[in-house]
Amino acid sequence: MTTINRRQAIQTITTAFGSVAFAAMTTKQALAAVQDKNPLASRETHFAARAKHVIMLFMNGAPSHVDTFDYKPELIKNSGKSNRTKLMGPQFKFRQRGKSGLWISDLFPNVGELADDLCLIRSMHGDQPNHPTAERAAHTGTGQFIRPSIGAWSTYGLGTENTDLPGFVALGEGGRGASAINQGSAFLPARYAATTVNTGVGSSGRSKTRGRGEPASKESVPNISNPVLNSKAQRTQLDLLKRLNQEALRQDVYQPQVEGIMQSYELAFRMQTSMPQLMDLSKESEQTKQMYGIGEQTTDAFGTQCLMARRMVEAGVRFIELGKGGWDHHTDIKEKMQSHCQSIDKPIAGLLADLKQRGLLKDTLVIWAGEFGRTPHATGSGRGHNNKGFASWMAGGGVKGGFSYGSTDELGYEAVDDKMHTHDWHATILHLLGLDHERLTYRHAGRDFRLTDVHGKVAKEILA
Amino acid sequence: MKKTIYLLAILLMSPATLGIAQEPTETQIKFFESKIRPALTKYCYECHSVDAGDSRGGLLVDSREGLLEGGDSGPAIEPGEPDQSVFWEAITWDGYEMPPSKKMPDSVIADFKKWIEMGAPDPRVREILKFKTKITSEDIDKAAKDHWAFQPPKSESGTSIDGLVEVAIQNAGLKPSPPADSFSLLRRINFDLIGLPPTPTEIKAFHSAWEKDADAAVKSKIDELLNRPQYGERWGRHWLDVARYAESSGSRNFSFPHAWRYRDYVIDSFNDDTSYDRFISEQIAGDLLPTKTDEQWQKNLIATGFLAIGLKHLDQKNPRIFTADMVDEQIDTMTQAVLGLTVACARCHDHKFDPIPTDDYYAMAGIFRSTKTLFGTKRIAQNHRAGDLLLLPILDENVSGGSQSVAELKKRQAALKQQIASMGGMRKNKDNDNAKKELKSLRNAALRIQGQLDTMNPDGSTKTFGMGVQEADQMVNANILLGGEVERPAQEVDRGFLQVLGDLNFQTNSQKSSGRRQLADSMTSKNNPLTARVMANRIWMHLLGAPLVSTPNNFGFSGVKPDNQALLDHLAVRFMQEDWSVKSLIREIMLTETYRRSSQYNKNNYAVDPENKLFWRANPRQLDAEAMRDAMLALSGNLDLKRPYGSAVSQGGDGKTAAANINPNIPVRSVYLPIIRDEVVEPLKLFGFPDANISSAGRQESIVPTQALYMMNGEFVSTQAQQMAASLESKYSTTNEQVRNAFLWTYGRPATDEEIQASVQFFKEFEPVQQATAKPALNQQSSSSQTSRRRTGGRAGRDGGRRRGQNSQEPVAPTTNNQRLVVFCQTLMASARFRILN
Repeated sequence: MTTINRRQAIQTITTAFGSVAFAAMTTKQALAAVQDKNPLASRETHFAARAKHVIMLFMNGAPSHVDTFDYKPELIKNSGKSNRTKLMGPQFKFRQRGKSGLWISDLFPNVGELADDLCLIRSMHGDQPNHPTAERAAHTGTGQFIRPSIGAWSTYGLGTENTDLPGFVALGEGGRGASAINQGSAFLPARYAATTVNTGVGSSGRSKTRGRGEPASKESVPNISNPVLNSKAQRTQLDLLKRLNQEALRQDVYQPQVEGIMQSYELAFRMQTSMPQLMDLSKESEQTKQMYGIGEQTTDAFGTQCLMARRMVEAGVRFIELGKGGWDHHTDIKEKMQSHCQSIDKPIAGLLADLKQRGLLKDTLVIWAGEFGRTPHATGSGRGHNNKGFASWMAGGGVKGGFSYGSTDELGYEAVDDKMHTHDWHATILHLLGLDHERLTYRHAGRDFRLTDVHGKVAKEILA
Repeated sequence: MKKTIYLLAILLMSPATLGIAQEPTETQIKFFESKIRPALTKYCYECHSVDAGDSRGGLLVDSREGLLEGGDSGPAIEPGEPDQSVFWEAITWDGYEMPPSKKMPDSVIADFKKWIEMGAPDPRVREILKFKTKITSEDIDKAAKDHWAFQPPKSESGTSIDGLVEVAIQNAGLKPSPPADSFSLLRRINFDLIGLPPTPTEIKAFHSAWEKDADAAVKSKIDELLNRPQYGERWGRHWLDVARYAESSGSRNFSFPHAWRYRDYVIDSFNDDTSYDRFISEQIAGDLLPTKTDEQWQKNLIATGFLAIGLKHLDQKNPRIFTADMVDEQIDTMTQAVLGLTVACARCHDHKFDPIPTDDYYAMAGIFRSTKTLFGTKRIAQNHRAGDLLLLPILDENVSGGSQSVAELKKRQAALKQQIASMGGMRKNKDNDNAKKELKSLRNAALRIQGQLDTMNPDGSTKTFGMGVQEADQMVNANILLGGEVERPAQEVDRGFLQVLGDLNFQTNSQKSSGRRQLADSMTSKNNPLTARVMANRIWMHLLGAPLVSTPNNFGFSGVKPDNQALLDHLAVRFMQEDWSVKSLIREIMLTETYRRSSQYNKNNYAVDPENKLFWRANPRQLDAEAMRDAMLALSGNLDLKRPYGSAVSQGGDGKTAAANINPNIPVRSVYLPIIRDEVVEPLKLFGFPDANISSAGRQESIVPTQALYMMNGEFVSTQAQQMAASLESKYSTTNEQVRNAFLWTYGRPATDEEIQASVQFFKEFEPVQQATAKPALNQQSSSSQTSRRRTGGRAGRDGGRRRGQNSQEPVAPTTNNQRLVVFCQTLMASARFRILN
């Protein structure tokens, strides 16, 4: 292998300073050069990866499984009956979809079209019955401690393919979902934490209504552009900065921090071009936008996020998390599920179809999940929390399509067959990325930590 | 002795407990088995039994102990007294409505009445779970003898810091780097002690003093800075990291509007050089220490805020889990912060690495179970676990209340309560969502008024509150919880400390005190092998850029043994010899050659010791978030050194914290910026501010592109650059002078030739951009007022007098149209030399 020494590597990087190339360095040599320098550069996996990217669609608030992806004939039969509690059958009709005949409710007519790509997991369960702790557990493996999120672990394990962009991006409309812990790096180096990109809010953090179909605001990434200087003026500024930093390097002889700072300006300068380009949806065809429901009132916001996610996959971002909150339906579950699902069904179906038609789905693992599910019995007009049994799904990146894994009891209370605990779920996701959850460790405070702690079993049956 | 205590315990038991102590008769058992057990199983177990894994409202009905202990609302059954039993109220849907879906049949309800009247005879004795630790006393003894950190620190007379470092360097065959030059050293001393760069005048004065007598110059500079109030702000912040200081609950993020008093207490304690043992005692048991004056009492009470400001899971519906988690958080933070031990690992099982059996954990848990934690938070429906606050003895004149009178509020509250009562309970309206919503809002309105009333004295004046702890009304021992689960209590353990610490361990069953005072004494004893070492290690880390024990919060078996233990021990011994004076230890370290070395790279040394574990050179360090921000404010002349009253969070009042309303650009020192859990303001968050949910052992240095974007494009940075440029213009007329001084201000030293050449090139090539689109921040005043402002603003430059307007929120901002100079200043702030401390 050709090795480039440190000094040359710095040369490579520093002479590239100021270039506005959007494309990633692709040659093996260039990658090898930055490997040593750039901790985010692509790395070898433990074994062959089935997926190179993850898009996690996280549904904060815990959507009902018995109304969406967990078909329970006994619950339908016994709806309204009350023993200790009043059972409430699904509020929407289930039907078999696709060649595989997966049972999916009418809440997801468009996603249902793609049933043959879905791998339903109907035996999810976790330890935490409350939202914040369960959300944390779903992201970090524990509701009790502060630990790195799965996105940070993935980026730590794999690096990124594009040196113009961060490896882990969290897209959000602000508010819930964008949490420091859930997308944080905890004791992993900070560079593995998500870079947050707001698709619907200004830098002030206050919600700003974006016109339908408009490209996301330039303020999506804080400080992404200079309010005064044009690119030429900034170029002159950065040339001065480079020279001053090189002088610091000359004085110090060897100084990794100065080198790091120089690199960060380089990436930042490139991000000024790459991020807005990435966020600019104007070059996307009308047809594509329509697939995602962009421009339609109910689906515009989530559709925009989904399309961004696809663009990030194309650009080489490793882990993209986006989501929708507000699924905590203790009351009026029928009306609320209707409107919530409507706002995500078409965008998700559009995302899956678009990834597929571009040949990206095979390398991209799409995950849909909440922190838990809901009770098969009613609490007034809604359902209570249920962490003992719920459903999620995956698609693409190495999972079987048109497949259903595991099951809950006949009413949907508890996972009983092929149970998928949060730890198993994490182990399986890492496995799909080519990472062994028992070997992906980080030494902190004197011991090796894992995303799955001392637990986790890969669900081999769902691997394609 | 033990017998007496048990006897006392029995005497103190409620009649209910005594009533049940009688064995049920055969007839009673028969009645229970045929009527009561099946009904409990059918109607209640789903949500209130160990088997179901649920104890809603903290209540378990699957054992007689469970019913008698009760849950959230106190004991469920008062034997013999249905009317006084919450359980009876619940099943008759009188107040509570249980089971929630449907009332039990009348006949079953009648059976329960009869049963309670009988005295609630119940053969279901809770299975006594027993926890048996696998850590034997031999294991503990062995660890106490073997593990380095459990041995008392020793230092022979005649040893010195330099001597100990020197030996290690020489043994490795290395050559220490030469002393730092006066400029680098002054910049280092300044940032290390007060977190601010030296001013140009200070640089010049120090340099000429250095030329005369370098040692004397250093010594007097250190003494001068240790006596500035900015010292406490710098070093107090270090402790606030360890104390996971924040002004909100986390989780649902209710605000802690009184937390800032603890922040100010910490800062003042460092400035006063309160001895460290006293400082720790105050934080653990300040409420129990004898005091002579109200002022001292007030201070001690505020100090206990340390135990109250942690993360709170206010959405937790089960009060037992909430308390268990809170106590766990207190033990976790306290033991890591003071002892460098991770005692909380022993909550669910014996400690995996350290000789800390689960029994020890619960011995400490009992102390905190016998302590009331007063953390407040707004009482509204979403907050399931609002608590009380600590009433402070001295009225704070700055606190003002609302305009309504007590009588007025009470009247409104009564009206609301009546309205609520007339609607019936939540369950009665369970299928009527509108009524439910209305009830919720009525209840919230009533709670809001109660919240207002709670803050008022009868005369309408506002009470002064803090956060902290008090002894509980009743002292209790904790039961060991198997797996840390509240539903699986095992045997009770006496309150106490850690067995491995030998004589410092204690046991108490006292009904008069929790044992917290004893705990504080044991924690701060000179015989405690950990306390002085842990703090000495932290002080060394802040001054040398790397700790001696690289896991500052973990000195246990899974922590990392120091490479130079003799040095650490020497520091610990000196620390105690000097009566735990933090300032003394800082001074002693800073006066060493080790501290005063340059950061010069040496290829041979590097090959042997790349991590500089031997301290053969000074570690180049990144300025942390606060130092970065404060230094930029200092350069612009904008920094307001006055301590603000309270914090933005306290001004926001009780309730949910709205981070969006907080302006991080106010020119106060960064230590006074509001700290909201999970929503730390941009300039802090970007530069590695720690996660305030847990005790932080040290800052993580990071270099990420979002920082670069902030430095290049951020409004705050450009505003400071703008004002720095204006200030330079007002003091110096030529570009040459402006540039040379800009380097002196930002780098703390004269520019090198290459730096000047690079600047010349920049000034030649930079083409200013028409500022038609400039943000208002860059164009705050019209040009006419600008000139006059500049003239007056220029009076002080950035030395001494800070240019402040009358209103501290609106600094009088000088501006300049010299975009070249502005961009130039911003570039210096963005450069590595400014950000890295050599």
